[in-house]
Amino acid sequence: METYTFLRYVADSWFLLAMTLFFLGVIAWAFRPGSRKTHDDISQIPLREELETIKKGGKK
Amino acid sequence: MFNTFKLIIFGVIALCAAIAANYGRDIAYQVHAIIIMLAAAGMFIMVLRGFDDTPRVDDRTGYMDGVIRYGVIATAFWGVVGFLVGTYIAFQLAFPVLNLDFAQPFTNFGRLRPLHTSAVIFAFGGNALIMSSFYIVQRTCGTRLWGGNLAWFVFWGYNLFIVLAATGYVLGATQSKEYAEPEWYTDIWLTIVWVSFLLVFMGTLFTRKEKHIYVANWFLLAFIITVAMLHLVNNISIPVSIFGSKSVQLFSGVQDAMVQWWYGHNAVGFFLTAGFLGMMYYFVPKQAGRPVFSYKLSIIHFWALIFLYIWAGPHHLHYTALPDWAGTLGMVFSIILWMPSWGGMINGLMTLQGAWDKLRTDPIIRMMVASLAFYGMSTFEGPMMSIRAVNSLSHYTDWTIGHVHSGALGWNGMITFAALYFLTPRLWGREKMHSMAAINWHFWLATIGIVLYASSMWVSGIMEGLMWREVDSQGFLVNSFADTVSAKYPMYVVRGLGGVMYLAGGMLMCWNMWMTIRGGARVKAPVGVPAE
Repeated sequence: METYTFLRYVADSWFLLAMTLFFLGVIAWAFRPGSRKTHDDISQIPLREELETIKKGGKK
Repeated sequence: MFNTFKLIIFGVIALCAAIAANYGRDIAYQVHAIIIMLAAAGMFIMVLRGFDDTPRVDDRTGYMDGVIRYGVIATAFWGVVGFLVGTYIAFQLAFPVLNLDFAQPFTNFGRLRPLHTSAVIFAFGGNALIMSSFYIVQRTCGTRLWGGNLAWFVFWGYNLFIVLAATGYVLGATQSKEYAEPEWYTDIWLTIVWVSFLLVFMGTLFTRKEKHIYVANWFLLAFIITVAMLHLVNNISIPVSIFGSKSVQLFSGVQDAMVQWWYGHNAVGFFLTAGFLGMMYYFVPKQAGRPVFSYKLSIIHFWALIFLYIWAGPHHLHYTALPDWAGTLGMVFSIILWMPSWGGMINGLMTLQGAWDKLRTDPIIRMMVASLAFYGMSTFEGPMMSIRAVNSLSHYTDWTIGHVHSGALGWNGMITFAALYFLTPRLWGREKMHSMAAINWHFWLATIGIVLYASSMWVSGIMEGLMWREVDSQGFLVNSFADTVSAKYPMYVVRGLGGVMYLAGGMLMCWNMWMTIRGGARVKAPVGVPAE
């Protein structure tokens, strides 16, 4: 099979499926149980006082 | 030892540039070689003068804010330059005598127009994005910028790119690709600078003290990576001579057009949208003093935006040699894109929930709200214009110009002004901006300027589109092209006046920033240090 035809075949079948599933996966992951607490914590990052040590969140 | 190495490198660059200036085949190339020679010679002298000094021990405890201060000033400076050139070329369209016969070919519309677009998008917008991503990534990671002086290289290197691009346009060096006009060596230089930018940003993310990466950094990282990819693919070209600025594109025909608009639309999507959304997701919560309305929505906004935007480019090529299926694909994705865009707008606006009273008292918040409103308006208008039937009326008319400017002046401009007003007092240790009244004036000048601009271009564009397609009972076109040009004259004058107001607002901002930096007692509080 020539390269173009092969790439076209992969692009509009398996790769399309993989991308769609990845997209749905990250959306579903955002709604996983227990995500609210994490998200609330992350959304506070910009508001933490710049001068004080970051208390929670821990080390990476 | 390292200094000796640097001296050799700068000396060699200056020598090569001097040779290139001598052998250069066109004026743009020669001028660029001289600019590079002077820059390298200047660096050589700077290193030489400090040769015997003991190496300065950097204070590595604080955030690296020096480069951001330079970025703030560069953003304001290039903003005014870009608005000024834009206003001038707007009046050139109304009054062709302003093309200035005695200064041809340097001052004609065709050469000044890319100067305007690059000055506002890449010089004003680019410096705004670089300086605010350096600011945001340090604050939200609780750590100092990675890479030491690499950040300085990014700043000066990027601004050298701007100078090379701008002088090139006026002197006639262009690839003739919209928003990708700079010629091959300028593109190579930008690639080096951009990779350094990516390294500084990623390095800071990797050394972060926070456990999670805040969503603003996701948008900024997507912006940096995607712009690198777009830039590399759209600028694949072969120089005609190593001593000349002219190059030939590798792609040709409709492939070249498709690659160009894949680049062009994603420059809008990732440079002017994703990057500025990164700014929005940091500065709006900061200024409102409240966390973003819904962090979940911001995650969905991010993934939906980057998954959809990349396909929208073909809508620029309706009714061309591009196959219909590709145009339909671009159109469909553009329309789907409306949803995440409005999700993001709502997320930004609702961040003010419970703090709406600040709209009355805080002109910076007002600018942010106006900016988000224009984001919402232009992300509705864009998908609508991408529909093939609407596009048949709107394409090639002033409606497109109006659409671009409501996004650029409204969304990008306003959020950048708000960021500058936010950053200036903090970076120079001042309590607040010198004059709140001046910010208020700036807000109204800019808003009324945009309204004049957008509404005159709607009228002019739709009128133009209708005149072009008008046929008589015999099937002959009723209007000649020149008829549409003379009919547009009043709208062009109104548009120019809108530009004057927007420019006046920008100059007022510069005065306000100058007074803030110059005057007033220093206060300690707002200058931050990273967490331990």
